[in-house]
Amino acid sequence: MTGKGKRETGKVLLEVRDLHASVEGREILKGVDLTVRTGEVHAIMGPNGSGKSTLAQVLAGHPAYSVTAGQVLYEGKDLLAMAPEERAREGVFLAFQYPVAIRGITNAYFLRAAVNAIRKHKGVEELGPVEFMDALEAKLTAIGWDSSYLTRPVNDGFSGGEKKRNEILQLAVLDPKLAILDETDSGLDIDALKTVAQTVDKLRRPDNATVLVTHYYRILTHIQPDLVHVLAAGRIVKSGGKDLALELEEKGYDWLRTEPAVA
Amino acid sequence: MNVTDRYVADFKAFVGNGAAGAPPWLKQIREGAIARFAELGFPTTKQEEWRFTSVAPIVDTRFSHPASRIPHPGLTEIGSLLIGPGPRVVLVDGRYAPELSSAADQRSGVRVGSLASAVADGPSSELAREHLARHARWHDSAFAALNTAFLADGAFVHVPAGVTLEQPLELLFLSSGRPGADGPTVSHPRSLVVIERGAEAAVLETYAGLGDGVYWSNAVTEIVVGEGARVELYRVQREGPRGLQVATTHSRQERDSLLGVHVLTLGAALARHDITAVLGGAGAELILNGLYLLRAGQHADHHTVIDHAQPHCASHEYFNGVLAERAHGVFNGRIIVRPGAQRTDSKQTNNNLLLSTEARADSQPQLEIYADDVKCTHGSTVGPIDQNQLYYLRSRGLSAQAARSILTYGFGAEILDRMRRPAVRERLDRLVRERLA
Repeated sequence: MTGKGKRETGKVLLEVRDLHASVEGREILKGVDLTVRTGEVHAIMGPNGSGKSTLAQVLAGHPAYSVTAGQVLYEGKDLLAMAPEERAREGVFLAFQYPVAIRGITNAYFLRAAVNAIRKHKGVEELGPVEFMDALEAKLTAIGWDSSYLTRPVNDGFSGGEKKRNEILQLAVLDPKLAILDETDSGLDIDALKTVAQTVDKLRRPDNATVLVTHYYRILTHIQPDLVHVLAAGRIVKSGGKDLALELEEKGYDWLRTEPAVA
Repeated sequence: MNVTDRYVADFKAFVGNGAAGAPPWLKQIREGAIARFAELGFPTTKQEEWRFTSVAPIVDTRFSHPASRIPHPGLTEIGSLLIGPGPRVVLVDGRYAPELSSAADQRSGVRVGSLASAVADGPSSELAREHLARHARWHDSAFAALNTAFLADGAFVHVPAGVTLEQPLELLFLSSGRPGADGPTVSHPRSLVVIERGAEAAVLETYAGLGDGVYWSNAVTEIVVGEGARVELYRVQREGPRGLQVATTHSRQERDSLLGVHVLTLGAALARHDITAVLGGAGAELILNGLYLLRAGQHADHHTVIDHAQPHCASHEYFNGVLAERAHGVFNGRIIVRPGAQRTDSKQTNNNLLLSTEARADSQPQLEIYADDVKCTHGSTVGPIDQNQLYYLRSRGLSAQAARSILTYGFGAEILDRMRRPAVRERLDRLVRERLA
């Protein structure tokens, strides 16, 4: 029951101020403001092409996007000054909308390398293969997979749904402070969606936060957001409680275009 | 005297001393082969098959035959080149080294030994006569013709019908790299591997240089896979940094057989490997799986020909290259589907990773399909490390350097994963890791 109705108690984890970002010379984000506190789940919704994925990728550090103005503070530090790997080690995790396949590298090898890169950064002893497997087993079961997953190459030959599950497994294993899920719900059947949502919901704690980037209301019936934001044409045009998501489900996005953007 | 005449003159000296003891059928083959070599001459880059590979370093060097008494390394010195204590044949500069070799258990009927002695005595001699120089297309290749003309010794493997071998059989071809009285030397190692009906075996060929001198190794291997046999042929090339290697591997498969040819190319300044695989019986399956890891100014050219001569055969070809510094990798994969070879299923991929802007890869598929009910696919890539993959790994906390090294290793691991013998795969995996470290 963490998070719900206790919004103002958490510490500010992420603060996005007037963020402008471009890709290939085209401005996508045109002044995004967003504050995420620990213990909160935020949903960022919006029509296709509104900049949702760009926001997610800019926060994770995708090299193709350039920030032209604004600031992002993560735990009070300048997030935009950090390399992607530094962000990950400091506890930022992006579940990719289109996870990348890597032939020749097994999931077990990849996951352990990631876990150990983060442990090393924290000054915690790195895990050997056996200890790692022990720690992984319960998480693997929770996502509905057996150990055959471990010897398969990373996302190679995975179905769309399997790739999304793999992102959530990584989320569970890496246990970040700030999880950003970029349309993880797209392309999942109802059972897969439930499994994914349950895994994400179980990870909610007073000391972490989740940002769900989604096009659909469906996932929000499984994971209750504290705040819902509407991103349109590169700006957050409306914010509200979980009722806003329901309103969007009923009315779509078009009605927002006629309302003035929030300051 | 031009270079071709010089080799013809060397041949006359060769048959006049030492090689005179061969049986008449072999003498006849040699004579035919030197005549063919004289007609063909060395290839030039004007020829399509040699467009990317100049053999000038071979043509322009006066190679002589090694002295007959070169000191051999000790077993401890070559220990790291061997996988296990199983049966093996070791040759040094093309000559059989009995003290380093180890025969197979007599009771199994398996024979692993010197080709010269197999040719010379009873039942093996019949087998050698039936197969030696019958599969290798020396009529079309100056190098295979030259090897055949100078055929003196090599490795002979015979696995009788129905025998299953747990341990891989090892064939180790060492080049001392030691110049002879007349300068750099050439050896022409030859292997004949006959795996009979229903047998199951793995053969590991290792070509290695012991020093850093200039030498030329011109090898030919013929492998015959009987009906229903299951065979893996591994070939590791670790020639010295100034070594030159030209090699041809010819396989012929009978009905319902399975052959995996696994290639790992690491060494030599200049390497050319031609693989011709004939699917000569219905239902045969071939896996042609290779990896070349090159650096500095290394040049390696792999030319493969998969010949679907019968219906219902499958071939899966995967070659990956990792090219660092100024290295140049060439891959040419030709697939022939003969008239009547219906229901052929053939897949070819060649992926090249360029680790520097000076590295280069050339990749050419060639499909020649003369049957209508076939499935043939091919694809090739050449490029630097994929930025999306790199970013994905970094977004999980891996440093850019660690991510690059994992992605590079992945190129090799994808090939290693297809090797079915754990002992061999682990050894090759270590060689790949050492190279990429």
